[in-house]
Amino acid sequence: MTLLIALTLFALAVFLGIELISKVPPTLHTPLMSGSNAISGITVVGALVSAGVDHSSTATVLGFLAVVLATVNVVGGFLVTNRMLSMFHSKNDARSKTTPGTDR
Amino acid sequence: MSDLIQGGYLIAAILFILGLKGLARPRTAVRGNLLGALGMLVAVAVTVTDQAIVSYWVLLAGIAVGSSIGALLAVKVQMTGMPELVALFNGLGGLASVLVVFASYVERVDPEMEDNTFLVAAGLSALIGAITFTGSIMAYGKLRGSVPTWRSSTAAYVNVGLLVLAGLAILGVVFKPSTIGWLLAVIILSAIAGITLVLPIGGADMPVVIALLNSLSGLAAAATGFALGNSLLIIAGSLVGASGLVLTQVMCVAMNRTLANVIFGAISGGESLDPDDVYEGKVRSTSADDVALILDSAERVVIVPGYGMAVAQAQHAVRDLARSLEQRGTSVTFAIHPVAGRMPGHMNVLLAEAEVDYEDLIEMADANPMFAQTDLTIVIGANDVVNPVAREPESAIAGMPILDADKSRTVVVIKRSLSPGFAGIPNPLFAQENTLMLFADAKQAVSDITKALNEV
Repeated sequence: MTLLIALTLFALAVFLGIELISKVPPTLHTPLMSGSNAISGITVVGALVSAGVDHSSTATVLGFLAVVLATVNVVGGFLVTNRMLSMFHSKNDARSKTTPGTDR
Repeated sequence: MSDLIQGGYLIAAILFILGLKGLARPRTAVRGNLLGALGMLVAVAVTVTDQAIVSYWVLLAGIAVGSSIGALLAVKVQMTGMPELVALFNGLGGLASVLVVFASYVERVDPEMEDNTFLVAAGLSALIGAITFTGSIMAYGKLRGSVPTWRSSTAAYVNVGLLVLAGLAILGVVFKPSTIGWLLAVIILSAIAGITLVLPIGGADMPVVIALLNSLSGLAAAATGFALGNSLLIIAGSLVGASGLVLTQVMCVAMNRTLANVIFGAISGGESLDPDDVYEGKVRSTSADDVALILDSAERVVIVPGYGMAVAQAQHAVRDLARSLEQRGTSVTFAIHPVAGRMPGHMNVLLAEAEVDYEDLIEMADANPMFAQTDLTIVIGANDVVNPVAREPESAIAGMPILDADKSRTVVVIKRSLSPGFAGIPNPLFAQENTLMLFADAKQAVSDITKALNEV
């Protein structure tokens, strides 16, 4: 991947991220933060390669540690977000059939 | 990288985008979170097909250990402890980025031969990751109350020191960390900068700090993506970085402060009122029974919850009071200040846990016009966010948007004492003619009111 392509992806993703999040109601700020935090655990992908490639023991140890830390971030983040969101209730949602998820 | 991996990354990126989009609306939030998790699963699944990967047991062990710890933390945490947990997760993400970039640096045979993109990106990743790690650990300690806030004139020197450190670290990045020692120096300087950055920031500003660290953890992942030439890391990291910045901005606006002011200036200056002048002979205290009598004749009631309510674990008692009132035909709404909790939206989660309908929670902008038509406003464990001196240009919190609780017909403030809030200034609302103070533990007081109300 050339630097220019990488920068293109970066710029587009930043603008997209701002657009996606701009109108989030305050009720969802905390779940949004913990959910997006879990997504930032995507570093796990880089960690997997570092840990699995049999180069040097230093890289394997560092990679292993990184896999552990990033997995805590990912699994913990998505689970706690789900736990939080399952607490949100609305009388209106319970009546409507077109609202999957929120009334569980 | 094989087509399978690239294709999987594309699918994962799309799932992340759909996930964030879903998380932005209450009705789709649960599904959004699941889509994000699915994207992560796809990303991990295609990555392990990488033919360079030989030692699968290391990966499996790492994933097993990480998943267990993560799941345990997620299940055990109390909702009042959410900010600490998010801070901790942010920190771990930052440290993971540092480790990954360091490991890939070690693998390079001859750094002198590397292209500049890798070296600069590796330096940036180490810089942002290390700041995120130590900054988050400091925030974690502060939220738990184990790291004191350092509010003295020397805090300014610390920040000057921080600038010097950050400058050195950035210089290290610009001149490319061409040796492993240089990269280590960048990591250590950035780690110190992360500590000094968060150390002088007060507890009231934590929502901004948590949002900013959230953004940084994303940017650290993106920088790692530049170093590894990994498109998915760049896309996912940038999405998170951008969304964290939006929330940081929202929080700053809610406190009428700039990000620079939060980081570099503690609340200071402004005319300080003398507590004795404000309160002397003007504060009227009340009892739970009297509040119940007022509630009995009230038609519109607004509840203003603050973090003190959560500290007293009074959410469920407050929910019971609201239900009793609604059964009597009284209209009850909750007015939520954006910085009522310890992280963006924290108060909403705390009330959701107590099974308060999220549609009864009103944002500041919608709540303020309602106060003039409100018979009784009950302020529970909140202080600075209802302090009317914010409207006076000379005051220490001048310009901070507040909930106009003082404009309702009667105000009842449930609070243990007249002690000041985070801003450290007295609150004239407590001495206002239409204000009654109920000095008590929030949980006990609210239960007593509900009991008295049901007996009226």
